[in-house]
Amino acid sequence: MTATTSPVDITPEMSARRRLRRQRTDDPLAPPAAMRRFIYGALVVASAFYVLPFLLAVITSFKTLPDFAANASSLQWDRELGSPTTEGIDGLSSDRILFRRWTFNSVFVTACVVIGRVLLSALAGYALARIRFPGYKVVFGLILSVMMIPGIVLAIPRFLLLKELGWINTYTGLIVPLVFDAFGIFLMKQFMEQIPMELEEAAAIDGASRWTTFRKVILPIARPAVITLTILSTVGAWNEFLHPLIAANQNDLRTLPVGLAQLRGQFGSSTPWNTIMAASVLMTLPMAIIYFVFQRYFREGMAGAVKG
Amino acid sequence: MTAVVHDGSPAQGGAASAAPPEVGRRRPRRRGSLHRRDPITGWLFAAPAIVGLVVFLAIPIALTIWVSFRDWTGLGSPFESESVGLGNYRELITEPGLRRRDFALSLRNTFYYVIIVVPIQTFLAMFLAFLVNQRFLRGRGGFRTLLYFPSVTSSIAITLIWLVLFYPSGIVNKILPVDRINFFDEPNGLIHNLLGVFGVDSAPGWADREVFELSLWQWFSGPSVAFFTIMLLSIWTTSGTMMLIFLGGLQNINREIEEAAAVDGATWWKRFRYVIFPMLKPQVYLAVTLGVIGTWQVFDQVYASNQGGPQKTTLTPAYLVYSQAFDNSQAGLAAATAVILFFVILLFTWVQRRVTGRSDELA
Repeated sequence: MTATTSPVDITPEMSARRRLRRQRTDDPLAPPAAMRRFIYGALVVASAFYVLPFLLAVITSFKTLPDFAANASSLQWDRELGSPTTEGIDGLSSDRILFRRWTFNSVFVTACVVIGRVLLSALAGYALARIRFPGYKVVFGLILSVMMIPGIVLAIPRFLLLKELGWINTYTGLIVPLVFDAFGIFLMKQFMEQIPMELEEAAAIDGASRWTTFRKVILPIARPAVITLTILSTVGAWNEFLHPLIAANQNDLRTLPVGLAQLRGQFGSSTPWNTIMAASVLMTLPMAIIYFVFQRYFREGMAGAVKG
Repeated sequence: MTAVVHDGSPAQGGAASAAPPEVGRRRPRRRGSLHRRDPITGWLFAAPAIVGLVVFLAIPIALTIWVSFRDWTGLGSPFESESVGLGNYRELITEPGLRRRDFALSLRNTFYYVIIVVPIQTFLAMFLAFLVNQRFLRGRGGFRTLLYFPSVTSSIAITLIWLVLFYPSGIVNKILPVDRINFFDEPNGLIHNLLGVFGVDSAPGWADREVFELSLWQWFSGPSVAFFTIMLLSIWTTSGTMMLIFLGGLQNINREIEEAAAVDGATWWKRFRYVIFPMLKPQVYLAVTLGVIGTWQVFDQVYASNQGGPQKTTLTPAYLVYSQAFDNSQAGLAAATAVILFFVILLFTWVQRRVTGRSDELA
């Protein structure tokens, strides 16, 4: 694209590197040099703003409490005050902070929610994309309208429902209500509508049933959508706060966000900030890894949502 | 994220017209043998999801409305509670008292939150997307990765990190050239602080008049320093998310249009101002809609930081609903608050749609 629009003096003899640089700066749409410097500067400053808080959180988790009290803002450890130390991380297993249990709860709940959500969304998305059944319009309207409902409006009746079902303080109660998600169905439907009909017709001629067609033809093609939904749901379920907050009040049934949010205010003036930062960082780590590995699916998920 | 699709519908039209139509979408739909009516299989595939949506989303909505007319405490069964008619709504809207006062405070706080956070995060997101999308830039992917990263982190973890950043002896205080500010404990309104600079530090006579539980002076306080700190947090995390919306829009813009403008002698800045910016209108619309819906519901950050304090200046309707229902055993009242919040959000998105429509006519 760039090559066709830039002036001609790019010759095959040029090194690949020089050619690339030439293409970049010879782009007729590139801003003037001063502006280019400004843009680099602005982006570096912005990036620093986005990275520094995490850096400070990591450093703080290895500070001793006296070091934090004396140098809360410092990006360095004060060796005279005992930093760096694993004190903060050690604090994660105490009788109040059940970090390992909360981690297990978060992993288990997230895994169940994601599997259920992806499976049900794929099935319903396929039905809405490809099968005309009575009530189709009502169902689709329902899906669109529940996407608009604020979470807090659902909090009270969901609590009531969980109570009537005897699901308060159970994994079932933590998991099941989160499995149902209109956005996932919508995403799947949008993707599956674009799969060429011929593929299914071919499968039908070969004698495949609907179910076989769905499993052997549609699902493999819809893999990108399945991966996108899996990743977005994983991040969503892992970070979900309001639902696990109301669905369980026993300390050993809390997920990481709820457990962490309860920590503050429990300690009065002697808040162990190093432990709290360690917990925040450790809790962020799995999502950071998923994000860096599967970046392009986040972009596609957002693009899918925007295109609708 | 979940609200994206429905309310973004006008945006979609714009996005689609900026991009080549997707294959298979505009193509006349073939009524092949497979696209036939097939009621049983259709329902079999859709039923599990539909049943769940009805039980855990649709019925709860109906229950919220029903409970909002009852004196249910949230402890026993709501079916044994008594109907109070519009009683809960009256306590929130027409009857003077502490409950109406809390509600008024939450509306005031969150109104400032919405009108400050939404425009700033939208413009910041657009600006960042524009910077990151420059072709001459090396490491575009790297910048994009960094700026989006806060979006995948837990709101609770981020809030806790924020508490450390804005700690009395924390890094923000170190950088700012003013006396140490105890950010999260500071109830003074920003507008009050600003007026204080000019020597106005108490209400002038006319501003003592009370409207809906608060004096005019209190209504015009601006957000408290504590709440403003949470606003910064919100702007910081959401800008990266919204940046992706704008990047999608920028990448859909046909380069030839910009090249034509360049040939006509438009400078780099003019090309942005008059060619690119107008074409981003669908994305602006989407980002503002999502922003309004999201900010009116702010909850996690308030819960993890101040739980409404200091002096109820970080109280929000969503947090009020939670504390009424789960701390004060007033689930009926909480349901009524939730219903009103829902209508406030609808009203705001409607107003915003009108405003966007008008600017379309002007352009």
